[in-house]
Amino acid sequence: MSLVNFTTREITCKIVYYGPGRSGKTTNLHYVYGRVPEVRRGRMVSLATQTDRTLFFDFLPIDLGQISGFATRFQLYTVPGQVYYNATRRLVLQGADGVVFVADSQARQLDENLESLQNLQSNLLEHGVDVRTMPLAMQYNKQDLPRELILSPADLDDALNFRSVPSFAADALHGTGVFETLKGISELVLKRLAAGSTA
Amino acid sequence: MTTALNVKYSFDTFVVGAANRLAVTAGRTVAENPGAAYNPLFVYSCSGLGKTHLLMAIGQAAKKLAPGLNIEYLTLDEYVEAFHAAIAAGQGDAFRRRFQGVDVLLVDDVQFLAKRKEMQSELLRLTEALQVAGHQIVLTSDRPPGEIADLDERLISRFSGGLVVDIGPPDYETRVAILRRKAEERAARFAPGVLETVAGAAFDNVRELMGALNRLVAYQAVNETEINAATAKQLLGLKAEAAVPAGAAVSRGAAPAGDEFGQFLADVTVGLGKAVEAWRARVAEAILRWEGEGYRTRRLEALLEQEAPTAVDDAIGAYEKDVERLKMLETEVAQLDPQASGQSLFRDPERLADAEATAAQVRTGAAPPPGPSAAFSLTSYAVGPSNDVAVSAARDVIARPGKKYNPLVLVGKSGLGKTHLLNAIGLELARAKGAVVASLSTQAFIDELIAAIDGDRVDWWRARYRRATALLLDDIHLLAGKDRTQEELFNLFNLLLDKERQLVFTAPAAPSVLEGLEERIVTRLGGGLVAELSEPDRDLKRHFLEQALAQPGTPPDAALLDYLADRPVDSVRSLVPVLQRVVSAAAAQDVPLTAGLAREVLEGQPREARRSGGLRTSGIVVSSLGGVKSREKMVWDWPDVADRLIEEYR
Repeated sequence: MSLVNFTTREITCKIVYYGPGRSGKTTNLHYVYGRVPEVRRGRMVSLATQTDRTLFFDFLPIDLGQISGFATRFQLYTVPGQVYYNATRRLVLQGADGVVFVADSQARQLDENLESLQNLQSNLLEHGVDVRTMPLAMQYNKQDLPRELILSPADLDDALNFRSVPSFAADALHGTGVFETLKGISELVLKRLAAGSTA
Repeated sequence: MTTALNVKYSFDTFVVGAANRLAVTAGRTVAENPGAAYNPLFVYSCSGLGKTHLLMAIGQAAKKLAPGLNIEYLTLDEYVEAFHAAIAAGQGDAFRRRFQGVDVLLVDDVQFLAKRKEMQSELLRLTEALQVAGHQIVLTSDRPPGEIADLDERLISRFSGGLVVDIGPPDYETRVAILRRKAEERAARFAPGVLETVAGAAFDNVRELMGALNRLVAYQAVNETEINAATAKQLLGLKAEAAVPAGAAVSRGAAPAGDEFGQFLADVTVGLGKAVEAWRARVAEAILRWEGEGYRTRRLEALLEQEAPTAVDDAIGAYEKDVERLKMLETEVAQLDPQASGQSLFRDPERLADAEATAAQVRTGAAPPPGPSAAFSLTSYAVGPSNDVAVSAARDVIARPGKKYNPLVLVGKSGLGKTHLLNAIGLELARAKGAVVASLSTQAFIDELIAAIDGDRVDWWRARYRRATALLLDDIHLLAGKDRTQEELFNLFNLLLDKERQLVFTAPAAPSVLEGLEERIVTRLGGGLVAELSEPDRDLKRHFLEQALAQPGTPPDAALLDYLADRPVDSVRSLVPVLQRVVSAAAAQDVPLTAGLAREVLEGQPREARRSGGLRTSGIVVSSLGGVKSREKMVWDWPDVADRLIEEYR
């Protein structure tokens, strides 16, 4: 596993924010970027079109400093959501230590969510990774929209969370649930690290 | 009046982390070289991060390295109080004198200078005086100099003129290290994860951290039950991990409050603490600590590369023991021979054996004394009737060192080649297996002894020379009036003579006529052979010139050699500038080196040729190349007064 390098005493977690177009992946990263002290974060790289759609991917490196004697870094990526950027998505997914699936809570987006989820599964398979072994957290974004437009977290759990992975309700624009999600996925990744290093 | 340094506050008990590494390094440097490195050193940080500890550690380390230093630690308040008391008693001048005599002044909490104009000017005067005298000042404050309210501009610039460093709040890693060390000091043992939990709580301040630890220690002692991480959290009132479960309603537009990143960092820290096996964390922490102190950690890194090494703690313990040993050796070596300390092998536990060997060498003075200069070989030494006695004596000495002429004293005026011959003998003697040839100027010998006396390591200095198989001193007359050096040389002389080790000296005149030397030295110098080098004869000069002008394939012009060898010079050395002038003239005019050219350069051209140039001159012919040597000024005929006036008027 590339997560821990004992020789150089480095831990690097690559976390990929996945999900359909306009579900709020980049918004998550923007919110995190705004909360990380300047000395801890690298430059956020974001390639977007004029209408702010992610063209390639967003990348935000965060330096957590020395933890247990290990220089610890988190690298947060987003993938472009639009269907036709699948090659990029597959590329970004390579070597991921954890995935956050950002679902759009709007009822009319349910099919897009499902399609993206299936796309995640197949892209992981392309890398020879079974989605069941990959640390995964669900984030139900846009929960701040009017009730009549969105599905509740429970409904979304029923519709999307087949494997009962940790799920978080969020309003990424205002930050609610953003760090909780990040924390949730980090825990899963670190648990896997513990399992990996004792194996 | 001043507070005694608390022995508990030393560098050994100071836990170094990323946030305080710079300050500690600066502190150590200052303690090792008071007044020389950063003066003043100004350390600032929030309360409870170790300013006082660092200040006292500097004091103690400086005292340990140089016990004779006058070191004062006091808080600004104490200083103010003492000043007022002194003024009230009419002892202001005595007070000032007392502080101006301090070698290392450590003042804590100078932020209280704010709005105290009188004290500011007093401290300004004191810092000026101490700095001028090369004495060290270290100050601490809870804020940088520029932020102390109403602080005199001159004080700000003076405080900032040395080094201003801050100590940040300890990171998680350092907090764990501090907690472990303090728990160890209190002989308290905690279940795995407890100290990590406390450290994960992001205390900004070491005192609060200590308070938390003390609570746990007390609780565990009273209840006789082992605390686990959860109990510790509860006991210390740390927040339970906040999570937003998926089912919870999200209030519209409500932004989360507080330091989300800090909380996230703390959570990841705890998570990682659990994920990274405890032994790995311990090894990694040890690496960080010792790396930070400049030690090589290869052995510990090798542990990390293993899957499940056995006896990790023993390995770390053994490593730390080796480091402690290295520290001791380095300190010892630094006292005996400052030049030998600071070697990288004292920072590499893998080379402990080498470090031990080096220290043993230094202890016995094995650092070799200065040797002969390689520039003076015997083959390049020009020989002629004027020095053949000395040279043949030298050859005898080289063939049978210590047996035939001991000591050999080479006597002659300056520039006759005494130093060359001395070094040539040294070089030849040094060829022998196991030879330790000490060859140096008497002045260097005196300077070394002074430094040894100054550094309180005369025994080491003596040992260094006593193991020499030959001692060669240039210009022995410089011993005049140096009683202590004469005493040392007398003892060394006897010792080396007894062991049949060769002694060679040079002097401008026979030992018996040298002034300022003790009788016992003079008689001993005269006890071997005093070989005189006289003014160079023609053969010697020709030989010297031949060597100097030798070029591969083209032997020098015989007429030129004859001409130059006939020049009246009183030493070989004074032949060198003559030769240089001719050679550079030949190069400048791009003509071959010939006797004619040499004559032209050294004696000037016939008068008629000069006159044809239409110049009015004084008649004093100076070399066309500058490099005027009065000896080479030739007066062809006495100039008339008018000529001289014009020349001088120009």
